Amino acid sequence: MPSELVNKYYRTENLPHIWCPGCGNGIVTRAIVKAIDSLGLDKNNVCIVSGIGCSSRAPGYLDFNTLHTTHGRALAFATGIKLANPGLEVIVVTGDGDSSAIGGNHLIHASRRNIDITTIVFNNNTYGMTGGQYSPTTPTGDKGTTAPYGNVDPSFDLCELSSAAGATYVARGTIFAANMLEKNIVEAIENKGFSLVEAFTTCPTYFGRKNKKGSAVDMVTYLKENAVNALAWDKLPDEKKEGKFIIGKLHQKTRPEYTKAYDDLIKSLAKEG
Amino acid sequence: MAVKLMQGNEACVAGALRAGMTFYAGYPITPSTEIAELSAEELPKIGGKFIQMEDEIAGIAAALGGSLAGKKSMTATSGPGFSLKQENIGYGIITETPCVIVNVQRSGPSTGLPTSPAQGDIMQARWGTHGDHSIIALYPSSVKEIYDITIRAFNLAEKYRTPVILLLDEIIGHMREKIEINEDDDIEIIDRKKPTCKPEDYKAFKVNKGDIVPEMAAFGSGYRFHVTGLAHDETGFPTGNEIKAEQLFTRLIDKIEDNVDDIVTYEEYKLDDAEIAIVSFGSIARSARAAVDSLREMGYKIGLFRPITIWPSPEAKLLELGKKMNKIYVVELNAGQYFLEVDRLSGKNTTVEKYGKINGEIITPEEIINLIKEENHA
Repeated sequence: MPSELVNKYYRTENLPHIWCPGCGNGIVTRAIVKAIDSLGLDKNNVCIVSGIGCSSRAPGYLDFNTLHTTHGRALAFATGIKLANPGLEVIVVTGDGDSSAIGGNHLIHASRRNIDITTIVFNNNTYGMTGGQYSPTTPTGDKGTTAPYGNVDPSFDLCELSSAAGATYVARGTIFAANMLEKNIVEAIENKGFSLVEAFTTCPTYFGRKNKKGSAVDMVTYLKENAVNALAWDKLPDEKKEGKFIIGKLHQKTRPEYTKAYDDLIKSLAKEG
Repeated sequence: MAVKLMQGNEACVAGALRAGMTFYAGYPITPSTEIAELSAEELPKIGGKFIQMEDEIAGIAAALGGSLAGKKSMTATSGPGFSLKQENIGYGIITETPCVIVNVQRSGPSTGLPTSPAQGDIMQARWGTHGDHSIIALYPSSVKEIYDITIRAFNLAEKYRTPVILLLDEIIGHMREKIEINEDDDIEIIDRKKPTCKPEDYKAFKVNKGDIVPEMAAFGSGYRFHVTGLAHDETGFPTGNEIKAEQLFTRLIDKIEDNVDDIVTYEEYKLDDAEIAIVSFGSIARSARAAVDSLREMGYKIGLFRPITIWPSPEAKLLELGKKMNKIYVVELNAGQYFLEVDRLSGKNTTVEKYGKINGEIITPEEIINLIKEENHA
């Protein structure tokens, strides 16, 4: 029997989902839904937009206004929707390749505009849908089907990228610390501006298998053991930071929000007229 | 009645606003930029929205997003930008999202000859996006007609729930002419049909009996639905079922091809007793018309056939023209693109010749006159 949460927010007629056993995408999706539920948002007022890839299939399972767009372009479509109807709560669901390779330009500029969109990046360090090629977040040296000798590329830190480009709320979470992830998504939605939450998730089928990361449980255990809460990070001696990553809220500031600024412009022109 | 000296690109924005455009997203590129500039100036005054996106792809993506949120939207571009927009034109087609895409054509592949005129995107307008599909592409040839045809482009986009390509070229985009616009004129404005059923009964991609396209709700209007570029059934959710996929792809083509009588318009000039016809469109049709007038004075029985709807092509008319004419010249500012379509239809019954140019210069009336005189006697 589906849970109350599933019955309330999922399009149960479209389940089961397409994701592989051991994939963490369901946990991230659930965290988004729980965040929406805890905020008490009206389903008619939530619009979820995605690009192309495994994670971008999530909106099809969710009972909101949902849009599954072209590869990399979720944020560009979402920008049009949000500007056309600023009353909508717009959430973008995207993957690491979708948001930072083919859609990297849109991520930078949505951050710069500080448009009130919440972006959840499902980062599994690989292109899962196409069979495990290396992505901009694949760690250097790790393997993919297009990196048979190990990835030569340095990898992107999407949180730093988005913060530097102007986002006003940035956090990272993992599928192990799912409650914390949910809490960060709540804060991201509440932020009136561009928010990014990077969710580290698992792809045991491709990334895990190619890199001998063990089972799905082993991969989740890795996320558990190597995540350091942002509140504790600064107190950690440098030698203990080796191989670890920060989770929790990483960046927050206040800047004018784009659609509000545009509406102010409309109002000022109306006064002049 | 307001009489104005107006530029073609300006008339395009005036027509768009008259049609109800309240959303514009785009990226600057000559010779289309005035369309963005004027939209940026006018839209916020009427509570509409303009956004300059980070690239051409984002321009059409945001325009489609605006349309899904319920606004009549437009984007404008030229050559290289038109290439970049192709994938999302296909997205607009499969998701049945109304939008007007203006392409003010310029010369050459790649950066080419910026920004000399050309009519080199005729086939790209038809087949630029991948996969089997149909498309509506319109091509006016004067400033006043740009105003009227832009309104028509919006109407067709709304009526058939599809992206409509409005082809202009550098000449008519930048040309200034006197035009009369009467805001009180009774111009037909078509808005997309919205659902009236209960939200729980709404099937976002189901065509109701007697309708051409599914009713279209806006995001945020209380109808929660799913939109995807994947093949989908009438619920809007993806399907891998070959029967349902074929039904969708076929319906998307048929909704246009079955309604050519409504969609296709053209002008016939001095064709009644003609033995020779020139087929020409956009700016170059102006040279062709002047050539026809001069050749008539010299005693030639010649006329002009000017498609205004380029795609779908006026098939029946081109077939008929082939039966009536001794010879047809397709005069276009490219290496012979629409010639292929005219020859396919008219060429069954008569000789069809092409005359084109790809050096950034226009085709003058004199050139056309000389061409006809060399090969024909009055």
